[in-house]
Amino acid sequence: MKYLDEYRDADLARRLLKEIQQVQRRPWVLMEVCGGQTHSIVKYGVDDLLPRDIELVHGPGCPVCVTPLELIDKAHAIAARRDVIFCSFGDMLRVPGSECDLLTVKSRGADVRVVYSPLDCLKLARKHPEKQVVFFAIGFETTAPANAMLVWRAKQEGIRNVSVLVSHVLVPPAIEAILDSPWNRVQGFLGPGHVCAIMGYREYEEISARYKVPIVITGFEPVDLLEGVLMTIRQLEEGQARVENQYVRAVTREGNQAAQELVAKVFEVGERKWRGVGPIPNSGYRLREEFSGFDAERRFDVAAIDTQEPSVCISGEVLRGVRKPHDCPAFGNDCTPEHPLGATMVSSEGACAAYYLYGRRQKTTVGG
Amino acid sequence: MCLGIPGQVVLLENAGGLRMGKVRFGGIVRDACLEYVPEVAEGDYVIVHAGFAISRVDEQEAARTYQLLEEMGQLAELDQADVDVEPGGNDSAGSKPDG
Repeated sequence: MKYLDEYRDADLARRLLKEIQQVQRRPWVLMEVCGGQTHSIVKYGVDDLLPRDIELVHGPGCPVCVTPLELIDKAHAIAARRDVIFCSFGDMLRVPGSECDLLTVKSRGADVRVVYSPLDCLKLARKHPEKQVVFFAIGFETTAPANAMLVWRAKQEGIRNVSVLVSHVLVPPAIEAILDSPWNRVQGFLGPGHVCAIMGYREYEEISARYKVPIVITGFEPVDLLEGVLMTIRQLEEGQARVENQYVRAVTREGNQAAQELVAKVFEVGERKWRGVGPIPNSGYRLREEFSGFDAERRFDVAAIDTQEPSVCISGEVLRGVRKPHDCPAFGNDCTPEHPLGATMVSSEGACAAYYLYGRRQKTTVGG
Repeated sequence: MCLGIPGQVVLLENAGGLRMGKVRFGGIVRDACLEYVPEVAEGDYVIVHAGFAISRVDEQEAARTYQLLEEMGQLAELDQADVDVEPGGNDSAGSKPDG
């Protein structure tokens, strides 16, 4: 656990905490949606600083974590081909499929490379016309504009030896799936700052009104998170349910129009499977028909791969905020960041991995 | 995954009709695509995610956030391999299955 004095804005944090204590009368359960926020909360002990009966539960907001096992297995099958240069963001390399991870596939001789930008794949494709360059296009709405630009430019430039293995998920349908669950305990949401930097927050206004739940679009620093909590609690105590924007310095209601336009040209909304959760209708992007020539799943005929999750893991319930990492019998013994059994242990933005990394191996009486 | 790293645009470039730029993060300069921030000029600060500027941000804000990310050990993506480097560590002893 961190102490307030270690915060760069300790005075501001203290003021926010005091105000939270003054405003709060009843116990509340809030969820931070984004994995970057989860990481920050656990690292800085934000939840331990809050009054005991304000509980923060961790959401499904880590695209690495929710990429389904079968898609990782498809990635491995494609990467193992001799004619393929398989490119990925660094975060996917250690994520285990049913048999191993991409690093292991690489050590067996596959050409697997980490890229900084999806556009790097165009450079590679031009440099190696005899090879098929495949990019693992994962992410939330934040990453979709970058991945869309790769496909758009490949088509414009007539580069035919590029394709994308798409696993794009969307935040609003995940929030709806959480709220629709009979086990839902979440009463207010800290919304995802950078997703909304791209998308704006109009979609969230509709969800907030329909479910009568406050949603406060929040940044990633400890003081952002404290302010997000304060704004959410204030709404709850006053019986309000609307969208507010804490992260004004990066987010507008309309979002980034240029990015939204290109995403809509390349992708359309469709059903996606979430690791640990299962299929959620209209919860992700797939390539539009006119770009289907760039779909790696079609190009490499991996449709038959269908993998099941290990049954001991409760990551689905952790992702939905129903249970906490400590509630899992495998947490910290059979399941660690080195040998993850499921979604929430595979990246430092997953709740289980964050708990493990920052020394929360035991259940404590504070903060759940 | 959805973290953005703030940096300063030090040079605007045109790469075959694509608005690109050199962006400085601390001591590192990297290419970033500026298509989604058409209003940005040299000297401006932007938040970069996956090699793309996603929004403008002011200078003070950029400095603060950069320090915080450094503290959190969240700057790894800036050191990611340049694809012009041929892959190492390929001990091709085993034959590759055709998948």
